[in-house]
Amino acid sequence: MKDTRLSLVILIAFVIVLVAGAEIAEIRLFVRIATNLSISLILVLGLQVFMGNSGILSFAHIGFMGVGAYASAVLTIPLQMRGMALPDLYPIMAGLQVSPYVGILIGGLTAAAVAALVSYPLMRLSDAAAVITSFALLVVLHTVMLQWSAITNGPRTLFGIPKATDLYLAAGFAILAIIGAMLFRESRTGLLLRATRDDEIGAGAIGANVSRLRWKAFVLSALFAGIAGALWGHFITSFSPKAFYLKETFVILGMLVIGGAPTVTGAVIGTFLVVFSFEALRAVEASLNAAKIFTGQVVGLTEVVLALAMIAILILRPGGLFATMEIGVLLGRRRKKSNEGEKPSEGEK
Amino acid sequence: MAVYLQFIIDVLSLGGAYALMALGLVIVYGILRLVNFAYGELIMVSGYTMFLLGDSALPWIVMAAAGVFMAIVGGIVTDYVAFRPVRTKSVTAVLITSFAFSTLLQNAALLFISPRPRNVPLPDIFSETVRFAGVVTPARNLITIAAAVILLAVFAWMMKRTVLGVAMRAAATHFTMARMLGVSANLIISTAFAISGLFAGIVSLFWIGRIGSVVPGIGLEPLLIAFIATVIGGMRSLQGAVLGGFLLAFIDTGLNYSLPQDLLKFLDAFTFSLVILILLWRPAGLMKGPASGQRT
Repeated sequence: MKDTRLSLVILIAFVIVLVAGAEIAEIRLFVRIATNLSISLILVLGLQVFMGNSGILSFAHIGFMGVGAYASAVLTIPLQMRGMALPDLYPIMAGLQVSPYVGILIGGLTAAAVAALVSYPLMRLSDAAAVITSFALLVVLHTVMLQWSAITNGPRTLFGIPKATDLYLAAGFAILAIIGAMLFRESRTGLLLRATRDDEIGAGAIGANVSRLRWKAFVLSALFAGIAGALWGHFITSFSPKAFYLKETFVILGMLVIGGAPTVTGAVIGTFLVVFSFEALRAVEASLNAAKIFTGQVVGLTEVVLALAMIAILILRPGGLFATMEIGVLLGRRRKKSNEGEKPSEGEK
Repeated sequence: MAVYLQFIIDVLSLGGAYALMALGLVIVYGILRLVNFAYGELIMVSGYTMFLLGDSALPWIVMAAAGVFMAIVGGIVTDYVAFRPVRTKSVTAVLITSFAFSTLLQNAALLFISPRPRNVPLPDIFSETVRFAGVVTPARNLITIAAAVILLAVFAWMMKRTVLGVAMRAAATHFTMARMLGVSANLIISTAFAISGLFAGIVSLFWIGRIGSVVPGIGLEPLLIAFIATVIGGMRSLQGAVLGGFLLAFIDTGLNYSLPQDLLKFLDAFTFSLVILILLWRPAGLMKGPASGQRT
């Protein structure tokens, strides 16, 4: 328990340092990057809640981010803009407007509710079947967002969403997400779920209700994704369904896998690493484009490098950087060892 | 009568292409029980090879052969880069490395070639139409049907009669036992990837032949189709993949002929919901494959 608290303190310190750094530097680009990072952090932690504890790869996560973003957007676009932004909206919803902060919560709850409804039967599946159904779920969610013009304005960009997310709000939610993910991991449900991850049949035999445990984690993870989506919507203020598809799925999966899916520490470290290297690469890409060294635009460099990094890390460390233990546990062990006067030996579990 | 004939030709030509796509995916899945997310990119590789050769004076058939060859090479490279190093360590890791490899190839095409569509050389016969028994149909459709029939027959013969085919079926049934009896694991898996690349390359000729150009994202749709077809037919059965391909083509063409325009937009959502339902009802698909063994 002490080690868990230590992990929490260290991980929250990361976020606080980030916010303080961005505020002190007073560069708008940095504040923007820090806000984006906080939102990604919530998303990746949400994915970690399900994937890390159940061991099942899920592609559908970004779809729930979209559900949250659209749910909040539909309820918060100012009434005078509503007619322009969403001409075909159902009359019953046309007169309804809530504050963006309420909208963010509703966004999260809507995503969780959708997840709760559609996912219960899917949680019975394991391995490749589970992966393919989650992929199918992403395609279904994307198609619905693309075609349900009344709510989402179809494939066109939805605009006019009030700006409400600032760095403090995003970082605050990110800290809550860290605490939530850690508490879930150490809770009874989390512990049982991790038991089913390590041995599905064994855990089932001692009475763990595998699909129900997975379902709980999935709903919680969709809640995180929905809140992150709504926050992002109120940050970026206009978006289209394209923002919630394979490219984004790849980026957040990359963050989680490079850091290490089984631990909250891995999710946090992975997000920081990937966001910072992404921004650096993007700067390189922009300066290459500005310098006109190549005839065409340089696009896709960041993704190429991220893909190579993912493959390299998975070959060298299949579990990611923090594959089994939270950072607090690691430090706690080391401290204990040095108290006993032993050298911390490598390779010991 | 002519309408029915038209419908049958449409189903068979689409189904032939779908069945080949599904087979390419399932031959790897059957042995490794791992999904190759980079499968669609093999079609892209073949397309870009043909685009790069497009300005040369080579006859089309040579360019097509080069495209198919590069797809085979691409399949084997997938094995070496994304599968072999992590195969024994973690299932999730392999799924993600193959997803990463797919993104890598796509963005490499974006970076080094262009995000815009590029024209691919086509033979004249692809744009001709054939008229018989009151039906007008592109000659391409009939060629697709013929190619699918020939390839499926050769493939079935190879799996049944040759040593390699028998070894591959053995590996799909019980991998560990097959290895103990002297089947080389790496050889079998690389062969499976090569065959997967061969199917992808041949499908790309017809797939790209319908559009006439290639873009970096071209692999997504064939990958999704192969997914649905294999899931419907049975993830571990080769016959199931072929059945699933034709069944999917039947459903797609049928809905295309019968659904009103404003529901047609949701076609993808319908078919993927169907996939989810089928997996819930029969997690192993319509046709069961061999009993599962250990994967190493």
